[in-house]
Amino acid sequence: MDANITTEIISTLSATMRVSTPLILAAMAGIFSERSGIVDISLEGKLLAGAFISAAVAAVTGSAWLGLGAAIVVTMLLSLLHGFASITHNGDQVVSGVAINIIVSGMTVVLGIAWFHQSGQTPSLPNTARFMPLHLPGSETIGSIPILGDIYTKILSGHNLLVYVAFLSVALTWWVLFKTRFGLRLRAVGENPKAVDTAGISVAWLRYRAVLIAGILTGIGGTYISIAQNASFIREMSAGQGYIALAAMIFGKWKPVPAMFASLMFGFLDALSIRLQGVEIAGIGQIPVQAIQALPYILTVAILASFAGRAIAPKADGVPYVKER
Amino acid sequence: MASTDTTSSELTLAIDLRNISKSFGTVQANKHVNLKVEAGTIHGIVGENGAGKSTLMSILYGFYEADAGEIYIFGKRTPIRNSSDAIAAGIGMVHQHFMLVENFTVLENVMLGAESGAMLGRSITDAAAELDRLEREFGLAVEKDALISDLPVGQLQRVEILKALYRGARILILDEPTGVLTPQETDQLFAILRSLREQGTTVIIITHKLREIMVLTDQVSVMRQGEIVASRVTSETSREELAELMVGRKVRMSIDKTPAQPGEALLRVENLSVHDHYGVARLDRVSLEVRAGEIVGIAGVSGNGQSELLDVLSGILPPGEGEVLINGHTVTPEHATNPEQVRSYSVAHVPEDRLKRGLVREFIAAESAILGYHNASEYNGVFLTKPSAIIDHTHHLMEAFDVRPAHPTLKSANFSGGNQQKLILAREMDPGPKVLLVGQPTRGVDIGAIEFIHKQIVAMRDEGSAVLLVSGELDELMSLADRIIVMFEGRIVGEVAASEADEKMLGLMMANAHTPTSTVSEEVPA
Repeated sequence: MDANITTEIISTLSATMRVSTPLILAAMAGIFSERSGIVDISLEGKLLAGAFISAAVAAVTGSAWLGLGAAIVVTMLLSLLHGFASITHNGDQVVSGVAINIIVSGMTVVLGIAWFHQSGQTPSLPNTARFMPLHLPGSETIGSIPILGDIYTKILSGHNLLVYVAFLSVALTWWVLFKTRFGLRLRAVGENPKAVDTAGISVAWLRYRAVLIAGILTGIGGTYISIAQNASFIREMSAGQGYIALAAMIFGKWKPVPAMFASLMFGFLDALSIRLQGVEIAGIGQIPVQAIQALPYILTVAILASFAGRAIAPKADGVPYVKER
Repeated sequence: MASTDTTSSELTLAIDLRNISKSFGTVQANKHVNLKVEAGTIHGIVGENGAGKSTLMSILYGFYEADAGEIYIFGKRTPIRNSSDAIAAGIGMVHQHFMLVENFTVLENVMLGAESGAMLGRSITDAAAELDRLEREFGLAVEKDALISDLPVGQLQRVEILKALYRGARILILDEPTGVLTPQETDQLFAILRSLREQGTTVIIITHKLREIMVLTDQVSVMRQGEIVASRVTSETSREELAELMVGRKVRMSIDKTPAQPGEALLRVENLSVHDHYGVARLDRVSLEVRAGEIVGIAGVSGNGQSELLDVLSGILPPGEGEVLINGHTVTPEHATNPEQVRSYSVAHVPEDRLKRGLVREFIAAESAILGYHNASEYNGVFLTKPSAIIDHTHHLMEAFDVRPAHPTLKSANFSGGNQQKLILAREMDPGPKVLLVGQPTRGVDIGAIEFIHKQIVAMRDEGSAVLLVSGELDELMSLADRIIVMFEGRIVGEVAASEADEKMLGLMMANAHTPTSTVSEEVPA
């Protein structure tokens, strides 16, 4: 019994790592974009686009890496579109983001049907065209140590490369934001673009670079969803993870490490809901599957409602920079 | 207009603007402007709002690009397309609204855009060393690691000056630098500027305060309607001459008013406190009284509770503790009120920020002219408003208060600041309120219009209204008010009769450095 529970906990935590990966990547993307002052609701659309393109390219070429590369190119193009509307033409950032989400939602299905004739899905990929689990070095030796060994071999090890990339992206985001000149300017432009402009720095170019980085990160996140976590693209497979990532970013107060923990928490709730399906709970009985699946979203709303009031967004977030008279 | 050329060709010119023109749409902000500034001097630029001073300096700093004309810096033709061109040419600017990132430290703000490398570590060490040097050289002490949001405005201005010097500025432009400072902070700023001049820096100061021009500058240029109409050596001119040059006609600098005849108290505030949502006291046990037929002025550095006081009295903000009696009606935390109800007590409110609260920029003048009174029966039919009645009323207001152009259907945003303000004053004063709350009546208003507005406020007092006046201009308070109350950090720290007040005394009270002992008590007439 005891061993059983331990196994359950370990596999839930391991699943948490897998489920959180796209959330973490998209949350970091959101941080780059919004710290520069550009609201990016199109994280969702970019994840979906990345998922579709990587699966399609991997299916045709047989290479996961080409899939990843193509996905990043396409999501960066979508970021440029968002930037063109909202940075160059001072358009409304939410409208532009929603437009991208709608375009991607439709285009992935249309192109999927046109290219693969499988009602919007891409062909199932062989393992050689996917990112497969890696085993961290020393698993055998460390694995024999109680508890620590289990954490290392069963929770931390055995994931595919992109999971580790996601966690690496957190450290990288922190370093770029707080330890580099680019990061200082990026944080400044999201707070007071006029201060940046009068310091002789181009507001537009800074913001473009920020949204392009967001494009790269969501491209990786989308690739993960379709050809690492799964083996093909299915329509609407991002399933709101871009929005959850946005919530994690806000919950994490636009800071990389707290946003990572928020992503992990949402991932954990998701992993837990899968575990809890069909489980008899004493005194309550079996909880309906739908109720469990809704749990992460309900908790998201509850948590955000109780904590988000204290979150302070970058001051110029969502405000186009126009030189006024 | 005859202009005296104050420069001679032997002197080095730090700045030589030739034939600068700039238009925004149909508005020509600068017309063939020629300006020469000698190196190592303090040069003042005066003019009314909209005269084109800020536009001209923004062109010099590369914030806008001129449509035509040439810029010579230290004798060399220098095209300035953006701010980095200006910085490279040795020009630094202290903007009227500080260009600082609030959640950054002083150090981070100073080095932003002038970091010494791609990594922050080295930039921070370098910037700290350079700041120490500037501090030694110019006596500009600031706390390097303090967050901008924690510093008082006087310090923020130093940070702005340091930012410019850090970038190697040899020419420093200051746009209305004293608007937010106490008289003492202003003196400190002027001392800094003089020491900069001693070290060879050229200083240009834009202001509408003629007194500052007279005490600080070596030379002064006057702008009117986008043109430089005169340049003078400061010691050879006078306030009266400059005012006349700015407006284009003779201006009266003082207000005629008879001594106040105070009657019963129409406004009484007792132990009023208000806390913001961080729990900080914005008003701290404030008690005051305004009687019929008197003008009570509230002085203080902006942000010391004056705005909150007006908000509570006009019903926008509920009182936290204490009691307010307005024209016989009691307002307490338990019995809060709202602006509409307060108006029904015969109270009128001219808000401090006319664009945010006084009118709606996108509305036509007639719509802005009935805001707050829009539910009155004379403007409304059964379902729809009565546009003709509203327009007729606006015509009447515009005529009475000399609002120009007198077109009720013109968009509010298309009136000048002074005319917008006159329209708001007309709206609030026309019903003949018993209590008039006025915030910053002449902020950003031309000298000509100021004269008119002051006359109207005094007339209101003489008709028996109680007037509470909040103003950032000490001159205005001293000439308009009968009594002056000074606020500091939400508290009343002193009160003086306007006839006994002088600038130094008020300044010290505003900084809470001096509290007169006997003047706090009021002499109530029997």
